Amino acid sequence: MPLLHAIQDDIGYIPEDVYPQIAQAMALSVAEVHGFVTFYHHFRTHPVGEHILQVCRAESCQAMGSEQLEADIKAKLGIDYHQTTADGKVTLLPVYCLGNCACSPAVMMDDDVYGRVDMAQITELVSEVSNG
Amino acid sequence: MVKVFVPRDSTALSLGADKTAKAIQLEAEKRGIAIQLIRNGSRGLFWVEPMVEVETAQGRVAYAPVKPKDVASLFDADFLNGANHALYLGLTNEIPYLKNQQRLTFARAGVTDPVSLEDYVAHDGYKGLKNALTLTQEDIIKTVTESGLRGRGGAAFPTGIKWNTVLGASGEQKYIVCNADEGDSGTYSDRMVMEDDPFVLIEGMTIAGIAVGATQGYIYLRSEYPHALHVLNEAIAKATLAGYLGDDVCGSGQRFYLEVRRAAGAYVCGEETSLLESLEGKRGLVRFKPPLPAIEGLFGKPTVVNNVISLATIPIILDKGAQYYADYGMGRSRGTLPIQLAGNIKQGGLVELAFGVTLRELLYDYGGGSASGRPIRAVQVGGPLGAYLPESQFDTPMDYEAFQNLWAVLGHGGIVAFDDTVNMAKMARYAFEFCSVESCGKCTPCRIGAVRGVEVMDKIATGKDHAKNIQVLRDLSDTMLNGSLCALGGMTPYPVISALNHFGEDFGLDKGLNEKESVV
Repeated sequence: MPLLHAIQDDIGYIPEDVYPQIAQAMALSVAEVHGFVTFYHHFRTHPVGEHILQVCRAESCQAMGSEQLEADIKAKLGIDYHQTTADGKVTLLPVYCLGNCACSPAVMMDDDVYGRVDMAQITELVSEVSNG
Repeated sequence: MVKVFVPRDSTALSLGADKTAKAIQLEAEKRGIAIQLIRNGSRGLFWVEPMVEVETAQGRVAYAPVKPKDVASLFDADFLNGANHALYLGLTNEIPYLKNQQRLTFARAGVTDPVSLEDYVAHDGYKGLKNALTLTQEDIIKTVTESGLRGRGGAAFPTGIKWNTVLGASGEQKYIVCNADEGDSGTYSDRMVMEDDPFVLIEGMTIAGIAVGATQGYIYLRSEYPHALHVLNEAIAKATLAGYLGDDVCGSGQRFYLEVRRAAGAYVCGEETSLLESLEGKRGLVRFKPPLPAIEGLFGKPTVVNNVISLATIPIILDKGAQYYADYGMGRSRGTLPIQLAGNIKQGGLVELAFGVTLRELLYDYGGGSASGRPIRAVQVGGPLGAYLPESQFDTPMDYEAFQNLWAVLGHGGIVAFDDTVNMAKMARYAFEFCSVESCGKCTPCRIGAVRGVEVMDKIATGKDHAKNIQVLRDLSDTMLNGSLCALGGMTPYPVISALNHFGEDFGLDKGLNEKESVV
């Protein structure tokens, strides 16, 4: 697990062609490495954009209108979950709880959480990272 | 030099606390005023974050919520001397939301700088460990048992009994594992401990290690909490440097090492055996029990697996004694519960109170009703696997047994409020959908039942073969409830059936007809 975190922290995902090396280093089979990587939602097997926007889908955020927010974000970015914007800037991911439930709805851009968000704030966030 | 406090807790940051802190620093420099800016933890009054405090002769004074644009006017009003202002909340300790609480586990949250060991020790930190080091292992465990502390992760198993099993298990190597995979929607008290008072968790784990003879501890931390990771690592490094962790804990000759392991976004890894598999570097598949982790846990060795809150409550019990803690609470639920108000609630935040407070008091006296201003129609207590409670059950006291009698759970103490725009059939469908996404796949009722559940909810929504499909829903829930290997599949029926029983009208049933039906 720490090894996979290190790889993903560094390059953003776990490429399938490194499975054999991981398997050898950890004394596992390639199938076991594949099974491990794909079990955990956090690990990604495809390249991602420069920034990652995670939108909370859990109950607390739903109680504060996150479903509409999800739809609006997808429309604004022109992508669905697990996709990246055409300019390669933002990858959109669903997340189940960011622990910010007192201030729902919440999203996370890279490592920063934002609470009580609305589309105006999302638009600002996205344009900040897109131009930055 | 005047001390100014601006929280560094994730929720405060999510509302702009960093920008506020920067604005205060810049304004002070501009005016040539020397201040000491301290990034404290949060008091948990999240609806008014960012909450800025100033230390005055009378005590700490609060201003909230402070945005960068408010900073200049705060200086103009002389807030550094605790003067009045539109955002003035008075003495922090006198704010009713805080004053009426019984903060035991969270005594220091928001008061101290989370990564200052000096601050921690100055506020009664490490007193519990000092006491524990004068006791025998049996007496430490006796104290924990007599305090009545039950696992705060949700299962409510008596902590002292678990520890005693590990103490009695033979094995050269034993482990303390902290379950910090707080995945329940509506909960954030674990996160607050780790970000706002990390040393209390470190101290609690050290005491646990000494009590059962374990020399290695792991904190299994969910990957969604990057701030908690940094704070914990910084705190562990400081505690190790100061001799509170390592080869010779406080000169006692005892060893205890601690390490944080990042999880990877699997909800099921909050289940203790799945967590252990994951820590061992495998897929997080749930194990059969027995053997209990206390006998054969991590790498097959005797292991204490406790929730963050359980472990963070140990220091105060060892400091003030079992009776002090047991004097709080009701029935078999002793002590306090850190309750987390979430969802559609006006004043969301952390409320630590003795067991026995009612849902209604929490929702209205503390929560101030819904955020939308509409009536609160339902609350879900205890995370995504907790039951939905209707308004008629709001007078239920927070007590493990009282909730059990209603076929509900207290879980980790998270309360998510919904107003009257909620569609409860949709929430039931969501419960199945969540279970299908998060199922580890080992047992059939959970793996397949969750998928079938989504399908049957979709059929119910169309109205075709309605009565038949409602029966299928009940049968399916019954199978999952009784046939699943762990709580994920086994408790998904809680939100589903409670929604059906209390809000049948959302499922196309006549209101009131189904109140008495239940799978219990």
